[in-house]
Amino acid sequence: MIISVASGKGGTGKTMVSTSLAASIKNNYNVQLLDADVEEPNSHIFLKPVFETSHAVSINVPVVNEDRCNHCGKCAEVCAFNAIAVVKDFVLTFPELCHGCGACSYLCPRRAINEAPNQIGTVETGKAGSISFVQGKLDIGQTMPTPVVRKVKELTSREHISIIDASPGTSCPVIAAIKDSDFCLLVTEPTPFGLNDLKLAVETVKQMGIPCGLILNRAGVGDSRVEEYCQKENIPILLTIPLDLNIARLYSKGTTLAEGLPQWQENFKEVFRKIREITGERNSST
Amino acid sequence: MKIAISASSPSLDSEVNPRFGRCDMFIIADPKSIDFEVVDNAGESAGGGAGISTAQMIAQKNVEVVITGNCGPNAHRVLSSAGIEIITGAEGTVRQVIEDYNNGKLSSSSGHNVSDHFGMGGGGGHCRGKGKAN
Repeated sequence: MIISVASGKGGTGKTMVSTSLAASIKNNYNVQLLDADVEEPNSHIFLKPVFETSHAVSINVPVVNEDRCNHCGKCAEVCAFNAIAVVKDFVLTFPELCHGCGACSYLCPRRAINEAPNQIGTVETGKAGSISFVQGKLDIGQTMPTPVVRKVKELTSREHISIIDASPGTSCPVIAAIKDSDFCLLVTEPTPFGLNDLKLAVETVKQMGIPCGLILNRAGVGDSRVEEYCQKENIPILLTIPLDLNIARLYSKGTTLAEGLPQWQENFKEVFRKIREITGERNSST
Repeated sequence: MKIAISASSPSLDSEVNPRFGRCDMFIIADPKSIDFEVVDNAGESAGGGAGISTAQMIAQKNVEVVITGNCGPNAHRVLSSAGIEIITGAEGTVRQVIEDYNNGKLSSSSGHNVSDHFGMGGGGGHCRGKGKAN
C-alpha cells in the first residue's frame, strides 16, 4: 500500500505526519518512507537513517557539435523550454532549463546535437531501524525536481507500507510524488492560506482519482472554515493535532511526535486503520 | 542603426518597461530619425526561459543596442553572444531614453544587473508551493 502525504500549503506538517505515521506503525508492518520533497528533504532529520547507497540522477542535455552545425536555428525553435538559443554563429545551451526531452537532437537536420548526461541530484537509500528509507536530493542550483522525484518513486516497494513525503504545492513534483498512491493524506492548518491551498490539493487528488483524507494540524490557530469545507466536500478529517508548544519543541529538536509523545502513536495507528478502511471500501466497491 | 527599448505601450510616450524578458513589447527605433516599429514580446508569457527567447528574437531583428530596466543572466548571455550592447537601469519615457542615448548620457552594462526570475513577480515560483521558508 502506498500512502502519500501532501498539503498544498507548505509548512503545515507533512514531514511531521509522514515520520510519525512511519514510527507509529513500524512495529506492526514493514514500513518504507520515501522523502520525495527533493528540494528540501528533511524526513532524515527525524528518522535519522544510516545511508547505504547513493546514486546520481541525471537528465540528458544537448551537446552541440560545432563542426556539423550550420546555425539553422531548428533546435531553438523546437525547444519548448527555451533551453537552447541560436544567435549569429553561436548555439547557446542552458542545461538548467533543459527537461531532457531530446527534441533538439532528434530534429536537428544536420545531426549536430548529441546528448550527454547532466547530474541534477541523487537518490539515497538506507535504514532507520526497521524502516526502509529513501530520499531524493536535488543538487544546489538545479531547478528540475521532477526527474529526481521519479527516481525516488522507482524504489517504491510493494512489500512495504510505503509512505511518500511530497513537496508542498500542486505542481509537477507533487503530481509525480503522489501518482499511483492508494491514498493521499492531506495536511493543512486552519488558516485562510491553509484552506486556499487545501482546495487546490483536493482538486488535484480528485482529478487523479486518489482517495484522500485530512490531518488538521495546529488546530486552534485559525477558524473553522477548513472543517466546514471538509464537511461540504465529504473529506474525512482523520486526525486533529492542536497548536501546542510541546509539539513545536519536539519538532525543533528533530524528534517525531510518535517518539517524543508516545501517546500519539495510538492516534497515528488509528489514522492508518481508517486509511485501510477507506481504501478497502473503495477497492471492494469498484 | 537600430536600438530596442522595452516598453509597456506602442508609442514613444510609453514608459520604459523595467523588465526585459517579460516586457509587453519593444520599440525598435533608429535613434537619429526616431522612426520606429513596435514588436510584441512573445516571451512575456513563456513558462520559463523568457529572457532567452526574447533575447533571441531581438537578435534576429539586427538590433545593436538594447535599453531596458533590468536584464537577467541568461538574456545577458544571449544578447552578448549576438554582440548587442546592453544598457540597463533606464527609466522614463521611450522618447526621453532615446534622447539620453543620443546625448551619450547612457552607458552600457558589462554584466546582468538582476538574478534570474527577477521579473516574474511575487508569489511562488512555478515549481514550488507557497509558504515554505527557503
